[in-house]
Amino acid sequence: MPPRILPEPTPETQHFWDGSRNGELLLQRCKETGEAYFPPRPFAPKSGSRNVEVFKASGRATLYSYVINHRPRPDMGTEPYAIAVVQLEEGPRMMTNIVGCPQTPEALVLDMPLEVVFEKMSDTISLPFFQPAKG
Amino acid sequence: MKQKSIAVVGAAETTQMGKIPDVSVLGLHADAALNALADAGLKPSDIDGVACAGISPVELAQYLGITPTYADGTSVGGCSFMLHVRHAAAAINAGHCTTVLITHGESGRSRVGAGGFGRAPSSMMGQFEMPFGVTAPPTMFTIPVLRYMKTYGVTVEDLANVAVIQREWAAKNPRASYRDPITIDDVLNSDMIAWPFRKLMCCLVTDGGGALILTSAERAKDFPQKPVYVLGTGESVETPLVSQMEDFTSSKAFRVSGKKAFDEAGISHADVDHLMIYDAFAHLPLYGLEDLGFCKPGEAKDFINGRNTAIGGKLPLNTNGGGLSYMHSGMYGMYALQESVRQMRGIAPAQVPGAKISVCHGVGGMFAASGTVIFSNEA
Repeated sequence: MPPRILPEPTPETQHFWDGSRNGELLLQRCKETGEAYFPPRPFAPKSGSRNVEVFKASGRATLYSYVINHRPRPDMGTEPYAIAVVQLEEGPRMMTNIVGCPQTPEALVLDMPLEVVFEKMSDTISLPFFQPAKG
Repeated sequence: MKQKSIAVVGAAETTQMGKIPDVSVLGLHADAALNALADAGLKPSDIDGVACAGISPVELAQYLGITPTYADGTSVGGCSFMLHVRHAAAAINAGHCTTVLITHGESGRSRVGAGGFGRAPSSMMGQFEMPFGVTAPPTMFTIPVLRYMKTYGVTVEDLANVAVIQREWAAKNPRASYRDPITIDDVLNSDMIAWPFRKLMCCLVTDGGGALILTSAERAKDFPQKPVYVLGTGESVETPLVSQMEDFTSSKAFRVSGKKAFDEAGISHADVDHLMIYDAFAHLPLYGLEDLGFCKPGEAKDFINGRNTAIGGKLPLNTNGGGLSYMHSGMYGMYALQESVRQMRGIAPAQVPGAKISVCHGVGGMFAASGTVIFSNEA
């Protein structure tokens, strides 16, 4: 199996990937409006304000939409896997994989509660995945 | 733009369509261009404006021996050609040029002289989507759809029926890749690609191309073909990341582009005789019908199931068979434009009798961009 395709951080996104490596899901928000946003950038979309801050998200989310890829990319193994978009508690949505449950329509129910987990992929990159919320 | 100030005077597809292993991407651009020039009775030296996507307009101009005073390399995916038409209309009206050639060529299946699909790992897609296993459009364009289905009670049978009805149109088109009738069961029994999408809900992957030539309406009267006038145009872009669409049940780029085109054209939906909605996947016509305002949100499935878009229906849709059954080289927008022009000329294989206004709506990327062109065959 070829090595998994991994992100290459840029100066504007480095903090996010550093956070993932340290087990923290880091979002940003506008300090003027308080609105959280993702993916990372050094200003708030729409307002254009550079007065922004990084904060640690709760890691809680719900399953917003997904597909189950039946033609796996070579670096992803041989079994079908879900490519999901989750709705984060703080507002933004992000693409991810759902782990810790079968990759079937029966197990993956829209709006089910999820929580973030991090999986180490290399010395510098850990990917944020989501699993069914416990308790 | 001023309504009907610009007209299409040349339109053609590549000589062959489907599997063309002996022609490169650049060669397909040129073949389509030469066919469109012949259709218009022009030589390359008569062209003073060029536009294309996939390759650079510099490459196109030099290859054909054109010295342009206008060049447009807008490349926002499969609807780039709708934007090219819009930009060309503005350029001709502004006096930048008189006669614009727009080309498309793509070796989608045979991959002759074609690049690969992929994004730099430092791009936004490379960082925030590629790591999670997306593999080109079938696993990206489809991601919003389960949310749309849950919101409006749309079923997989509804998605399948889009493909079934388009196959009925394709059956009337001798150049269509797939012409045999299919049933909803056939669609639902075809290979699973990316749940909930089966193979027959996904577009073809073929080789081909097409080209258009535009000039002022004033000059258009002197050309051999019946002029097809540009009545209104629109364009917009939303996001390079499908995961960041504002609304998974509706495309903002569709809504903005469509409204702009209808406003420019000064028409209502009841005026539309013929409609093309770029169908890379079976959900696109549903989103398109709703975002263009032909149906209220959630009602497109009933509209299609009620056979309103089928042969004999009140709003013939994707009458060439669409990307699902006609052909899809990767950037399908050019073929939708070609079919609108054929319908306006009155020469389409599945001609809509008496059609006077055609709306041609394209998507680029995975709901990333949109372009809309409204045509009329009346001066």
